[in-house]
Amino acid sequence: MTILINKETRVLVQGITGREGGFHAGQCQQYSEEFAGGGGAIVAGVTPGKGGQTANGVPVFNSVAEAARETGANASLIFVPPPFAADAIVESIDESVQIVVCVTEGIPVRDMVNVHRHRQGKDNVLIGPNCPGVISPGECKMGIMPGHIHKKGSIGVISKSGTLTYEVVAQLTEQGLGQSSCIGIGGDPIIGTMYIDLLRRFEEDPETEAIIVIGEIGGTAEQDTARWAKDNVKKPMVGFIAGQTAPPGRRMGHAGAIISGGEGTAAEKMRVMEECGILVSKSPADMGTTMVEALKRG
Amino acid sequence: MNIHEYQGKELFKKYGVTVPRGKVADTADEAEEIAKEMGGAVVVKAQIHAGGRGKGGGVKLAKDPAEARKAASEILGMTLVTHQTGPGGRVVKKVLIEEASDIANELYLSIVLDRSSGRPTIMASTEGGMDIEEVAAKTPEKLIKIQIDPALGIWPSTARRVVYGLGLEGEQAAEGAKFVSNLYKFYDEMDCSLVEINPLVQTADGRMFALDAKVNFDDNALYRHKDVAEMRDIGEEDPLEVEASKYNLNYIKLDGEVACMVNGAGLAMATMDIIMLAGSSPANFLDVGGGANKDMVENAFRILMDDDDVKAVFINIFGGILRCDVLAEGVVEAVKTVNVNVPIVIRMEGTNVEKGRDILENSGLDFTVGNGMADSAEKVVAALKR
Repeated sequence: MTILINKETRVLVQGITGREGGFHAGQCQQYSEEFAGGGGAIVAGVTPGKGGQTANGVPVFNSVAEAARETGANASLIFVPPPFAADAIVESIDESVQIVVCVTEGIPVRDMVNVHRHRQGKDNVLIGPNCPGVISPGECKMGIMPGHIHKKGSIGVISKSGTLTYEVVAQLTEQGLGQSSCIGIGGDPIIGTMYIDLLRRFEEDPETEAIIVIGEIGGTAEQDTARWAKDNVKKPMVGFIAGQTAPPGRRMGHAGAIISGGEGTAAEKMRVMEECGILVSKSPADMGTTMVEALKRG
Repeated sequence: MNIHEYQGKELFKKYGVTVPRGKVADTADEAEEIAKEMGGAVVVKAQIHAGGRGKGGGVKLAKDPAEARKAASEILGMTLVTHQTGPGGRVVKKVLIEEASDIANELYLSIVLDRSSGRPTIMASTEGGMDIEEVAAKTPEKLIKIQIDPALGIWPSTARRVVYGLGLEGEQAAEGAKFVSNLYKFYDEMDCSLVEINPLVQTADGRMFALDAKVNFDDNALYRHKDVAEMRDIGEEDPLEVEASKYNLNYIKLDGEVACMVNGAGLAMATMDIIMLAGSSPANFLDVGGGANKDMVENAFRILMDDDDVKAVFINIFGGILRCDVLAEGVVEAVKTVNVNVPIVIRMEGTNVEKGRDILENSGLDFTVGNGMADSAEKVVAALKR
């Protein structure tokens, strides 16, 4: 099994008529054909005002409502430009699309504050924004990650960073360790889904054997996650924090640091992870081998 | 994006956030004129994008116009070093001349996004003028934190909670609540990422002023605020960082010798980490971003080569949205126009990696190919030693 998406997922792409949207819809489509036997495919595009056209071999609709009704789409992948992206997220949320993945980078924070408020009490999942998306290898690719580096398997991957997610996946695959699902949660100040919700899903997923969490300096999300995992996750876990050598003084102002309750240095995060029983990879080159070690220890 | 105190105060006025009477001056003559206009004692304040100006000698009290002139001539042109400027300090180009306030009480007020709740949060304290991090650490009970529901915005009762928490009463409480509400409206409508007033002062005659103004804006929202975007002072930024921002490159100059070009902030930080683990140090952080085109890569490469400290280049790209062939074309173009006299190690994986490698191999460019991060970092460090 996987989490969030699988062969049954039917994806619509918001912003499919744009340059990046078009390119990546094509890549996702190709992944579905090559690696997933046609499952987890892109079934529709949405661009307001361009309904009736065809893009990447799928019909384009004016609205998410129409696309979902006509094609049975139950997940949305968003490539809409920053000024209009929050609106695109809200449209999918309001149409009860189950899984909403927003790749767009550069959305104003105030827009996301409002989206975050709007989502309260609703149960659809938002991943991102400013993220590479989600992939369940061999089932469904919903994002911009290079598909061929993945391998179907039993490691769950959660990461704040985009390309660092590819790095860890490539290292796992090189060690012969496939992945159940890989999620880039995004690096913006406000993101739809944090580590803990995904950890819970991986812990409940019978086919996920172990989980790797990749974090970055700043804030306390990784520490909170580690403390939660100590009590709630029984599967082996590996952690890595990027930014061990980042110089101080290049972060948000005083007030921000106070609110997040500490400076969130890599050393502090790694220490808390270790205290909570997570095996920490010190070097970004050792994430895959550290997972091999964690599996041995069980 | 940061702005100067005087700019922040001009914007405050538009929102009814009260500030002392004042004007900005570029010369000592202007400073004297403004002091005459003000009448009475004035404060002459250095305008740089950093805190701690008073301790560094950048803020002076002047009883009359002649003293204001003298203070301005001392401050203008000085290199002001504070705990936030770094050892190099900043050259002062403007001073703010303000009427001196008869201060009865100093408070602290700020608004910032609380990432964990996703809501703007008002922070206030009776300990104005102090280092607020210290207040939070030593006397957390003296720091009021109130989250704002963005769907409601600020309501009078919310503003009252702030001012009653600060111990204000009567007319002062009413005026304070108005001040807090206006500041929130400013923060919200102007897409700020931080507004901090330290100190917020009450005068002996019962007025309330923002004596300082620290305002940061969300870069992603600047397209909605052209007037704010025009306030940018590039003299306050590193020249190479200014150049990089023209091309939407996320570049930070560091002290080391290995220039890095990476896509994605996380991988860029991890690349810096592995350079350090391999025994050298990074010359910069450079994230060319997800949507980089050939032009951006070319300019990024040029900026790396403009840094005299650079002794080797490590290009680490894991193609996702950025395709490896695009990266390769950009590097090849850049090398044609830029004089490259340091070793280059390139590590590429991901989308269109085969095409990218073909382009590099057929370019005649002299470079070393790295396999994975550890191998590449070792090759960079080995190249440095040759």
